[in-house]
Amino acid sequence: MEPSSNGSFNLRRMRRKRVGLILAGVLFLATIFGIVVLVTLLVDVVLTSVPWLDGQFLGSLPSRNPGEAGIQSALVGSLWLMGLTALISVPLGVASALYLEEYAQDGWFLRLIQVNIANLAGVPSVVYGILGLALFVRFAALGNSLLSGALTLSLLILPIIIISTQEALRSIPSGIRESAYALGATRWQVIYSHVLPMAAPGIMTGVILALSRAIGETAPLILVGALTFVPFVPQGALDQFTALPIQIFNWTARPQDEFRGLAAAAIVVLMILLFTMNLTAILLRNYFEERRAGA
Amino acid sequence: MSTPSSPPTTTAEDATARGERPAADLRQRVYDSPKEQAIKYALGACAFISVLTTLGIAAVLIIESIPFFQSVPFSEFFGDTRWTPQFADKHFGIWALLSGTLLVTVISAVVALPVGLASAIFISEYASKWVRKVLKPGLELLAGVPTVVYGYFALTFVTPLLQAAIPGLGVYNALSGGIVVGIMIIPMVASLSEDALQAVPDSLGAAAYALGSTKYEAVVRVKVPAAFGGIMASFILAVSRAIGETMIVTLAAGATPKLTLDPRESIQAMTAFIVQVSKGDTPQGTIEYQSIFAVGLVLFLITLAMNIVANRITRRYQEQY
Repeated sequence: MEPSSNGSFNLRRMRRKRVGLILAGVLFLATIFGIVVLVTLLVDVVLTSVPWLDGQFLGSLPSRNPGEAGIQSALVGSLWLMGLTALISVPLGVASALYLEEYAQDGWFLRLIQVNIANLAGVPSVVYGILGLALFVRFAALGNSLLSGALTLSLLILPIIIISTQEALRSIPSGIRESAYALGATRWQVIYSHVLPMAAPGIMTGVILALSRAIGETAPLILVGALTFVPFVPQGALDQFTALPIQIFNWTARPQDEFRGLAAAAIVVLMILLFTMNLTAILLRNYFEERRAGA
Repeated sequence: MSTPSSPPTTTAEDATARGERPAADLRQRVYDSPKEQAIKYALGACAFISVLTTLGIAAVLIIESIPFFQSVPFSEFFGDTRWTPQFADKHFGIWALLSGTLLVTVISAVVALPVGLASAIFISEYASKWVRKVLKPGLELLAGVPTVVYGYFALTFVTPLLQAAIPGLGVYNALSGGIVVGIMIIPMVASLSEDALQAVPDSLGAAAYALGSTKYEAVVRVKVPAAFGGIMASFILAVSRAIGETMIVTLAAGATPKLTLDPRESIQAMTAFIVQVSKGDTPQGTIEYQSIFAVGLVLFLITLAMNIVANRITRRYQEQY
């Protein structure tokens, strides 16, 4: 390891190369660490869930008897939540992004909103839960309803939708807008007929990722009063509800092994839902990136 | 705001004066038509909702905390070291909860910052295009795992593993929660730090090579220091995320608020306390119920301050190149 008398520069160069190689190895191991944990988690969950995951589990209401318990009400609750959240947050988020990218002129108002959105994205989800509890559950008197939960989740994912929509809008070449203007289109015509359709895949990718964030959220729903034991399937937006993450939390927190198995089975269902959504988003993005690069 | 910036308006009045086709109509009736104006203001109103959200959060936290601070003076809130709202002898010393949060956050930072930065360097500088195509979605999937699933993982997998290694470790401990919170924020550190590394101009690396650097010297001594600002910002954002993390600490770190720095102890984080109170049937109007708003306010202020600092750093750093 010590520099030798003849051509010390060369020898040191060997050593430096070796250090570099070791570093590359360490970096690689660190990078793999996350993936290994992910795989471990998935394998562990799937193995634990096997005895519990069947048609009866998907189609049954929760029960105090682990053998009869199922996630029907939680699954339906989660789907309701996702639908309502999408209905509320997507129009608002896309509209906000359109204003910021296509209308707003540089100035204090635009900067205020931009800084504000960046900071909102970092607010802990449990704080959104507190806001939802005070604003929707109590002040608006919506109670512990699906609507309260969906409104809270909408506020939570609004910054994500706005930021990703802004990125999608920014990636549309300004030549498209200028050509449309040159042909006499109004600003809204330019946006509605040209910018939005072109940005749609990018917007959709962002929306799917934001919704997959919403569907996995637990803390805000606990705050707005999602129930842990709901032996009925919600029929409307003002019904009380439970959701998959709530059910997972409830079962995990119980000491008995049977309930841990049920939690694992519910996690598998949630993860399948999430991976499908994420995969769709990633494929959508790759497809359109390649198409744009090819064009 | 009343005159649109684009498209440029022509001298419409001149055109009408010359008796040509009424080009003015294009500007006045179509471009500035009530419909166009209405759309503009409607979109602006939507954008304003985000500002209202922030104001709403601040207002709710402050207004709802007032009754709490009327019965618990600041001197006790910041001076006491016990947090016992459920006991007959009630104490409201935030340090007992804050130290729990701090302990978990420090452990998670020890796990996530080195691993996340190493991942960022590897993906940005070493990985081939093909490897990157596998690793990046992998990390994105890791980032997409819901926190309640991480909580399950901490309690049912990591804790038994730790118990085998550390004799006498309880079921609920700060260590397990902290490690898993760290795993949760690795993708955040990795992706933001990678952005920072990517933003370093290629000329810097090229200059290092031209002076005879090896790859690792170019990366470690030139590129990483050049991306320092962005890397710091990613660290701060990730730590702020760890502070606000709720489900992992609720499930794995315990429900016993105490002032300790021992990672083997069962503790309670601020977020876990908020969940504990709201999932029980604590009646509205009791001091215990009011306390979640005070704790929420502390949580909000800490994370807000960290986010503002991180965003400042990012912006200043972006201007450098």
